[in-house]
Amino acid sequence: MTLRPTSLNLIAGLVLIALPFVYRDPYHLHILILILIWSFAYTSWAVMGRFGLVSLGHGGFMGVGAYVTVLLWNHFGLSPWLGIPIALACAGLLALVVAYPCFRFRITGHYFALVTLALSGIVLQVITATRNHTGGSLGITPERTKGSHIWALQFDDKIVWYLIALGVWAGGLLIWSWIDRSMGRYAMEAISEDEDAAAAAGVNVTAQKLRITVISALMTAMAGAIYAQYQMFISPDTVSGIGISLQMVFAAVVGGIYVALGPTVGAIITILLAEVLRIGFGTKAVGWDNLVYGVLLVVFIIFLPKGILGSLLSSISTRSKRQNG
Amino acid sequence: MSSFFEIFDIYLLEAVLNGILLGGLLALLALGLNLIFGVIDVTWICYAELVMIGMYGMYYLVQYYGLSYYAAAPIAILLVAALGALLHLLVIAPLLSAAPINQLLATGGVLFVLQSFATVAFGIDFRNLGIRLPLLTLGDMHLSYSRLLAFAAALIGMVVVYLFMTRTFTGTAIRAIAQDRQIMALMGVDAKKIYVVTSALGGALAGLAACLLVLQYDVHPFVGLSFGPITFLICVLGGLGNFVGGFVAAFLFAEIISLGGLFSDLEWGYVLAFAFFIVMMFIRPAGLLARRS
Repeated sequence: MTLRPTSLNLIAGLVLIALPFVYRDPYHLHILILILIWSFAYTSWAVMGRFGLVSLGHGGFMGVGAYVTVLLWNHFGLSPWLGIPIALACAGLLALVVAYPCFRFRITGHYFALVTLALSGIVLQVITATRNHTGGSLGITPERTKGSHIWALQFDDKIVWYLIALGVWAGGLLIWSWIDRSMGRYAMEAISEDEDAAAAAGVNVTAQKLRITVISALMTAMAGAIYAQYQMFISPDTVSGIGISLQMVFAAVVGGIYVALGPTVGAIITILLAEVLRIGFGTKAVGWDNLVYGVLLVVFIIFLPKGILGSLLSSISTRSKRQNG
Repeated sequence: MSSFFEIFDIYLLEAVLNGILLGGLLALLALGLNLIFGVIDVTWICYAELVMIGMYGMYYLVQYYGLSYYAAAPIAILLVAALGALLHLLVIAPLLSAAPINQLLATGGVLFVLQSFATVAFGIDFRNLGIRLPLLTLGDMHLSYSRLLAFAAALIGMVVVYLFMTRTFTGTAIRAIAQDRQIMALMGVDAKKIYVVTSALGGALAGLAACLLVLQYDVHPFVGLSFGPITFLICVLGGLGNFVGGFVAAFLFAEIISLGGLFSDLEWGYVLAFAFFIVMMFIRPAGLLARRS
């Protein structure tokens, strides 16, 4: 599915932009912002996940994005406007360092997933080990600005955050559709089918995979940084580590990793489910949301590997007897 | 100055010994995972969570039903073995012909299920058996008795598995399936049955590991995350499915963690081990003992 600037997309965009000015319930706005930020993170994962590059290390990239931004602000007073690009550069570099040998030496499938799992383990342990600077597992709060809110990228108004999150999310979808329309997509699809055949057909396998991995890592780090700036609190449990990595994979798979809005649907489902359970059952619900996620994930992989949105779209397109792209 | 070196050496020796003891336990964990991978060609991401359930099993058997440790251990091992077989029948079997990565993700879902099941059923409190084994003192060194016991039991467990694999018909069939899964069906081996037996055996090893870990560590729903990733890295480092490689890698890892922890915090030991892993992936991508092609 590609996103074209059709009138439908335009209208949907305008409605989404206008929404907070009409409807201002802070709690619902908060949920919407979370959905948008996590949708962006899940989309970032799916950018490479859809080509069979299953990474269990994206919690690591997200952690780097969040922690580098906050640490630069807290310890050096560096504005997130500069800190986020530096954080993205760090995440991109990390992706290169880990992914290059993987792709160069043909580490694929299980092995790739487990190597990236090591990556998210390393980031988690480094954050915990440097607890004097990062707050360890207790987490860290960006210092409240005493000067300009724009300079510090800290806003009290939820509407501003909603618009920022919306912009970032839309940016993620644009990157998705840009990749979708590029030659790289065909190269990556060929690689995910058969690496040797793709290489024989003249595809530079290592370079193509690296490119998509770095794009995905940069986007994920961006999601981490935005999350940190919005929530004003990060801890290894909320932005890094293996739990987050698996959560990304889970939500993206449930929504559908082969369609642009699939990860967004996944984020809506998972966050709403968690919130409904939290409100309905209070502290008794601790653990129930993950129990439901886990069962759903297993059921989806067995019965609906295309995800909710993917299955829905392909059943619609077969019904209307159009070619299923 | 000379006294400084004496103290230093004693600590170093203690760390080396502790590393070896930890290595035995890690090797046991890696063996179960390698067995599953080598035979069924599936990675159980939820392997450490099976161990966690086994630890809870031990906790409840000992604390609530008042069984002695040695009476509870076989029950816990059987429990986790049954869980392993169940995991195979419910989740892996329908996905055997699916893409390997789907199998990985499905067991990731099981990881969520087991973790949150433990959270819901047992709460998030840290629990322990309440058995405190004494410290052994050798000269100036202090070694924990529970670690020694774990090491010995892990070694015995591995020898038993080795004998089972080489001396029994089922074991031979398991090794044959690992070598060529297509041909074995023609030789009259029921692959489905072998898979279930292997899964149960892998589960039993997880159960044994649980009985040993519960002596040293508190149980909580997320305890699996503290040794699960290490176990995967050991298996990959040794070459997935390569038993000897996994054995060597387990001791290497344990020494790095133990010695790294000696010079700095324990977390840095883990960071070093992870970094070592990534460097080794550059040098020996197919595993420590793999021949270069």
